[in-house]
Amino acid sequence: MILRRQLLTALPAGLMLTGCDALTRNSTAKAIIGSGEQATYRWQRLVGRDGLAREFSAADISPVFKVNGTRAPTNPLWQALSVGGFADWRLKVSGLVSRELSLSLPQLRALPQRSQITRHDCVEGWSAIGQWTGPQLASILKAAGLRDGARYIVFLCADDYGGEASKGGLQSSSRYYESIDLVDAFHPQTILAHSLNNQPLSTGNGAPVRLRVERQLGYKQAKYLMQIVVADSLAPFGGGKGGYWPDRGYEWYAGT
Amino acid sequence: MATAAPFSPDAIPGRPRRVLRHRLIVRVTHWTNAIAIIVLLMTGLNIFGAHPRLYWGNAGSVDQVERQWLRVGASGTMAAPQGWLDVGDRRFDTTGVLGASVGPNNRWNIVAFPHWATLPSMRDLATARTWHFFFAWVLILNGLAWLGHGVLSGRLFRDIVPSARQLAPAHLWHDIVEHAKLNFPKGEAALSYEVLQRIAYAGVTLVLIPTVILTGLAMSPGMDAAWPFLDQLWGGRQSARSVHFLAMAAIAGFLALHLVLVLLSGPIRQNGAMITGRLTI
Repeated sequence: MILRRQLLTALPAGLMLTGCDALTRNSTAKAIIGSGEQATYRWQRLVGRDGLAREFSAADISPVFKVNGTRAPTNPLWQALSVGGFADWRLKVSGLVSRELSLSLPQLRALPQRSQITRHDCVEGWSAIGQWTGPQLASILKAAGLRDGARYIVFLCADDYGGEASKGGLQSSSRYYESIDLVDAFHPQTILAHSLNNQPLSTGNGAPVRLRVERQLGYKQAKYLMQIVVADSLAPFGGGKGGYWPDRGYEWYAGT
Repeated sequence: MATAAPFSPDAIPGRPRRVLRHRLIVRVTHWTNAIAIIVLLMTGLNIFGAHPRLYWGNAGSVDQVERQWLRVGASGTMAAPQGWLDVGDRRFDTTGVLGASVGPNNRWNIVAFPHWATLPSMRDLATARTWHFFFAWVLILNGLAWLGHGVLSGRLFRDIVPSARQLAPAHLWHDIVEHAKLNFPKGEAALSYEVLQRIAYAGVTLVLIPTVILTGLAMSPGMDAAWPFLDQLWGGRQSARSVHFLAMAAIAGFLALHLVLVLLSGPIRQNGAMITGRLTI
């Protein structure tokens, strides 16, 4: 009797839960639910294409800028560059460009610099405020010259990342990368930051250079940059979804 | 009270009759809203599990805990964990529900909310976010349809917003007493909402749901850049996240009360009316 009553109450709830979990794995449901990202992307481009992220005052800077993701790359190439103070580091710019570039840190610092105190919003929910300094991505892209068909700017990093238990879901290790569209690429606040709070980037925060694309979440702010590729499609890179986290189910457009 | 029942032609006094209680748009938006709210609640609790702390201000993280006012966590061993909820300086033991709960495999899960309260049932920030934002669009568009109809037809002010006469202390007290006695309106009186119901429905639809939508938007860095007033309205993004959570809790409270009152006042009759639109009085 007790068993039957327990079954009667537990069964519908159990069925509903397993039903919902199954639905999250169903490919048709995934396609419908995933359409929300396109709606959000189009909406934000419609109402805020040229909007600027809030810039804060020095008093708002977080005492410690939380380190997340890779804390120290294990890639021997990056480690060797780090030991050498990144004197031999070069940022390659290739793909659909008129001129391939290979830029050293002093060359990046010699370009016109932008300094901005912005809020970094992690997909997990926390925020930190810091001052980032570096050249605008737009000036580098203009120097390289975009060829016809260019749609995305892809950022290839030095770190292999293994995922994070706190996020749950799929966990697997691969080379970190990210990508953005041309609207964000030519946005005035999109910079290649070499300094945080007027200090060269620490290892944890992405030395020697990381991307800042201020209107999107933290996982778009690719650290340990090695190469920029101008592309017409995201398919050839990583899992084909345009980034380490997008390949693991996160939105490619991380404006929300 | 001149409550015009939409369909009451030549009713024979004293004889039960079927009347239109809820129009089609009200029924459709009600059930769409119900599905959206439940999915948003359950995916939201899963998302919270990725960073079960709340702060006031623009920023806040494990490296900036002076801004923190709420935290869910667990301590002890994996075999016998203690779940807890910290609110300010006070700690509440929440073992079994918050912080540490038993999963479907009968093992302890170290997670903010238990598997039966979240969607997906296990930690999965990516899936929970995608579902949350899809149903956020549903909530917004559905809410606008309901609100647009309510304003244009005048029904919002006639049927939902409490009138000054209803808000008079004596009237308010009378309705509280009737509710406490579980005396629910019958006959013609069942065709319109009494003041407590109006306060609850207006509070949810005109205050709490707009609050979760605006605080939700304020957490979006893209929307904050487009509409800079969004996060400042709440005193910063982390404040908006806190208010989002509190408004969610209030909506969950309303939902529980709503379901209890539907059960007490005749669940078959009330659900029938919200599905078919017709009520026998």
